Formats: sequence, C-alpha cells, structure tokens
Amino acid sequence: MVTQITSFGRSGLYDWMMQRVSAITLSLYTVFIIGYLLLNPDLTYDQWSALYEATWMRVFSLMVLLSIGVHSWIGLWSISTDYIKATGARFFFQSICGLAMFVYIVWGIQVIWGL
Amino acid sequence: MLVSIYRYNPEKDDAPYMQDYEIDLPEGKDLMVLDVLNILKAQDPSISYRRSCREGVCGSDGMNMSGKNGLACITPVSEAIKKGKLVLRPLPGLPVVRDLVIDMGQFYKQYEKIRPYLINDAPAPAIERLQSPEEREKLDGLYECILCACCSTACPSFWWNPDKFVGPSGLLQAYRFLADSRDTATQERLSDLDDPFSVFRCHGIMNCVNVCPKGLNPTKAIGNIRTMLLQRAT
Repeated sequence: MVTQITSFGRSGLYDWMMQRVSAITLSLYTVFIIGYLLLNPDLTYDQWSALYEATWMRVFSLMVLLSIGVHSWIGLWSISTDYIKATGARFFFQSICGLAMFVYIVWGIQVIWGL
Repeated sequence: MLVSIYRYNPEKDDAPYMQDYEIDLPEGKDLMVLDVLNILKAQDPSISYRRSCREGVCGSDGMNMSGKNGLACITPVSEAIKKGKLVLRPLPGLPVVRDLVIDMGQFYKQYEKIRPYLINDAPAPAIERLQSPEEREKLDGLYECILCACCSTACPSFWWNPDKFVGPSGLLQAYRFLADSRDTATQERLSDLDDPFSVFRCHGIMNCVNVCPKGLNPTKAIGNIRTMLLQRAT
C-alpha cells in the first residue's frame, strides 16, 4: 500500500470511479449542448437564458461544473506525480491547481446561476 | 548488416554511447538476435549481456531491439531489423549495470510487494490442496510469466514511478494469487492494492500486451483486479 494524502479521495478505486463518473457527466453535457445548438440554429438570447434558468439545467450545469473540478484534479494530480519529482515543486503545482479549480467552481456558479 | 549496440562501462566511460558493428549474416537462415550477439561477442568479448536458456524460458535476455522490448533468443533478426539496421539497447527505465545488463532490483522489489506465494490459513491437508479443473483453468495466462521485465520496462507509468506502481508484471502475478482458489488472503491482498499508485497508475495503454514474449495480457489481469476491488467496495 502506497501512502499519500494529496489525491482526490485517498483511495485509488474511489479516484478511478470518480474519474469515470465525471467523464460520463461531461460527455452527456457536451452531447446535450451540441445537440441543442444543432436543433436550434436560430437561437435567441431569450431562449438561451430560459434554458439556463430552468432548475433541471442548473442542476445539470452544477453537476458538470463539479465534474470538471473533480476530473481535472484527478488528472492533473496524476500528471504532477508522474512528472514533477521535486516534492516542493509538486506540492506548489498541486496547490495552484486546487486553488484554480476552487476559483472556477465558485466563479462558474456565479455565472451559471446569474448571481 | 549493421548492428548498433548500446555500450556503457561505468568504470571506464563517462557516458553511454552507441557502437556500430558490421556483420555478415549466413544466407538462407534467419538468426535470432541472441545468435548475432554471440557472434559479435566472439569478435569483441567486452560486450556484456545476460543470457541463459536461449529458448525463451528463463527470461534473462530481455532487451530493447530496434525500439521494441523482447527476448533476444526468440526474436528473429528479420523481425527486429529496421531499415537494414539492428539497434540493441538495454531495457528502458531501469539503471544500467553495464552495456545491455540492467539492475532489476526495483522490478523484483515490486514483485516481492505483492507476496508472490500461496497464503492459506487452513490446516494443511495430508497430501495436497485440491483444485477443480475449472479453478485451475483460471490460472492460465497468468502462471506462465517468466519475470523477464519486458512489459514493466515498456510501461511509462513504471518508468515514472517504479517505486510506487507495481507494474504490469507484478500485477499479473498479483492477480494470479487473487484468482487462485487455494489462496485465503484475497481481502488483505486487495487492501494492499487499493491506493492511487499500485494498480490505478495503469492507464491501459497496453504496451505490456504488445511486448510480452509469452503472449500474456497484463492489462486484462489489471482490469480483473479493478473489478474485484469494485465488487468489494460497492
């Protein structure tokens, strides 16, 4: 058993599962958005903002936003542990990634929910 | 034919270098790469490499032949040659002792970590622990591993974290004991593997499957370990 404390869920299995669950969420959202844009070629601002005002869309978008955070954290954490060998530099990189993700999530909630 | 060999003698050389040799191959005969090395060693006795059984059983002569890991004794020159040239390098990712000889310490350490022996806490029967033909069949494709290290040294995840990621060879062996009906330490074995490195550093690029000289499939074994971990935890 390799001990570490900076990975997302501390368990390899949990990280692996979350990586897949978040990937599925991200793909569904991508397919949905592309499909929506293709089916509505004459999209107006009102229509677009009505879509994002619907509760289900807010739930879906928030799920996607959290999925981006989880997915990118697990991915970038893996990259950092593969390629950055110096502990200080690796921890710094991980901290910057963690901070960036937190900012994106808070900022994203503001944008999507129109707060 | 031109043969280019990785040379490094830490007692004499500051840095490794490639040395070229010209060799006349016999007509109408496809030599194995090991035969070529033996011919060259007769010319230049300073070339170092490991070899023993010369028939793909012992796993000593694992090396990188024109970019692909394999056993020199069972790889025909016609298969390994690229653009009229045969390039021989040590297996990548492990420290070089000399020329084509690598230090396998890290590889064996990972093997040791998975406890590659049967653990059974039940009292030993008078003769032997029996297994049905179906139970025995589950070990096919796993027990044949000869620990030549061709797979683990072809794996980027093992290159970057050889101290933390068990590697395809070790994981194939780990599954060999997880799948064994006579082993009773399944839960402990699984608990030892459930961290983000030991198993989950495998990203399924299948370099291991591509190079295994015995035609085994470590990626599939790793998938089976994942499934066992998942079944236990959901």
